[in-house]
Amino acid sequence: MNPSPEKTEDLSLTGNNAEGGSLTVEQALANLESADLGLRFYAAWWLGRFRINESAAVTALIKALEDEADRTPEGGYPLRRNAARALGKLGDRQAVSPLIGCLDCSDFYVREAAAQSLEMLGDPVCIPALIELLQVGLQGEQLISQPDLSQPYEAILETLGALRATECIPLVKPFLEHPIELVQYAAARAMYQLTQEPVYGERLIKALAGDKLQLRRAVLADLGAIGYLPAADAIAETLAENSLKLISLKGLLEYQVKHTATSTLSDGAIKVINLMDSLL
Amino acid sequence: MNNSDLAQILIRAVEEADSSDRLLDAVQELAAAGIEESVPTLIAALGYNNPGAAVAAVDGLIAIGEVAVPSLLELIDDYNYSARAWAIRALAGIGDARALDTLLEAAKTDFSLSVRRAAARGLGTLRWQQLPAEKVESVQIQVLEALLLISQDPEWIVRYAAVTSLETLAIAIAVTLPDQASRITNQLQRILDTDADLGVRTRVKFAQQKIQQQQHQEVFAPKRKLENTEVSEIPYRGAGRR
Repeated sequence: MNPSPEKTEDLSLTGNNAEGGSLTVEQALANLESADLGLRFYAAWWLGRFRINESAAVTALIKALEDEADRTPEGGYPLRRNAARALGKLGDRQAVSPLIGCLDCSDFYVREAAAQSLEMLGDPVCIPALIELLQVGLQGEQLISQPDLSQPYEAILETLGALRATECIPLVKPFLEHPIELVQYAAARAMYQLTQEPVYGERLIKALAGDKLQLRRAVLADLGAIGYLPAADAIAETLAENSLKLISLKGLLEYQVKHTATSTLSDGAIKVINLMDSLL
Repeated sequence: MNNSDLAQILIRAVEEADSSDRLLDAVQELAAAGIEESVPTLIAALGYNNPGAAVAAVDGLIAIGEVAVPSLLELIDDYNYSARAWAIRALAGIGDARALDTLLEAAKTDFSLSVRRAAARGLGTLRWQQLPAEKVESVQIQVLEALLLISQDPEWIVRYAAVTSLETLAIAIAVTLPDQASRITNQLQRILDTDADLGVRTRVKFAQQKIQQQQHQEVFAPKRKLENTEVSEIPYRGAGRR
């Protein structure tokens, strides 16, 4: 959710021969089976990055979700992580069920990537499995007494919000008090999506005035994702990279356009456009 | 205390800032002073990886204006794309025609999308009246060709920025180069019909509205139109300098 702009922004590889980027689909698929684990890892990323949503790629990446060869010293599964991330980008619902399976993986980052990709795939069938994971941090409808960091709550909450899983409002709400600020913001974002109550959008606006750049960047992404129009000025003014503000404002703009019945631009849309122009 | 002493104090405060908050404050103060001597320090602040300080430095450089242009062109950082993007933004905000070649090159070929974005924007905020009258049209056509190309950039934000500049250019040349202006309106319609990105398409609609409003004004105010063409300069539109 909170990648550094260095990484998101300018690894855009717009040239065809950017370093290392000149694989072909065939090579990437072959590399997924290579003896060289580094090549496998890169190929999984590459297939996602370039949105190679061919069925052979989807099948190969689903298979890579069960990889046992590539392990970190801590027991993590690097290839599974990349495969799970890539499958979210390819938009093929065949991956839903295997990704739900990944929510049980012993590797935190595989679970996190799976939750994020399930959000992108947008299939509500994953909701019960996500709720189960969310409940690890809960005792009834309260946070468990020891702050729990064992689950990727940020990703879980975001996905539940995006999927409009209104049945889990009572389970999401306690996470507004989670000790990790990023988790609080994810909960606020989800609560806004689930209830449309401005109080949660306002909480995110307040967070834009926080001290830490990393957190402000994360909140920009949250506000863009929920399209919260009253945040427009605060987004334009927060201390962060213009690229991230522009992406956030674009979220607001598109939300306005999608939720306006007429084809003329609303006052809200025009306001956002003027702010975006000022940040170019 | 004269300006030079003040500048030295404020510059030292920037150099000695030991936290990102102090740096931000120091750069803001230096920028607000608007002293020409501060230009190299403000340009250096574009590369500190502190977006708040960079915004303040860009604003300061824009306020200082034309005298900052040679240093900006000279000190532009070829190795730090983030600093380069801010520098291009400052050049775009100043709108000085001496930046033309730098903007054209950056908009078309820089690998960083934030640099291309800022440069695409800058091509629409150039102050044509700085150019010798006989060169204005040929430069406008050169910029138009570049913008038509840039409006097909793979990154949505670069296309978005190109649309903002196509809008201002279409309005600037509506009377002087009507055939070229219609190339712009055709391209905008093409983007509206085919662009994959809703944000870009929405910006095109807004541009079309602005251009139509302008045409409407010209139909109903023919006298003013004549006056404008007699001046042989396209008035610089203040909007969007930041």
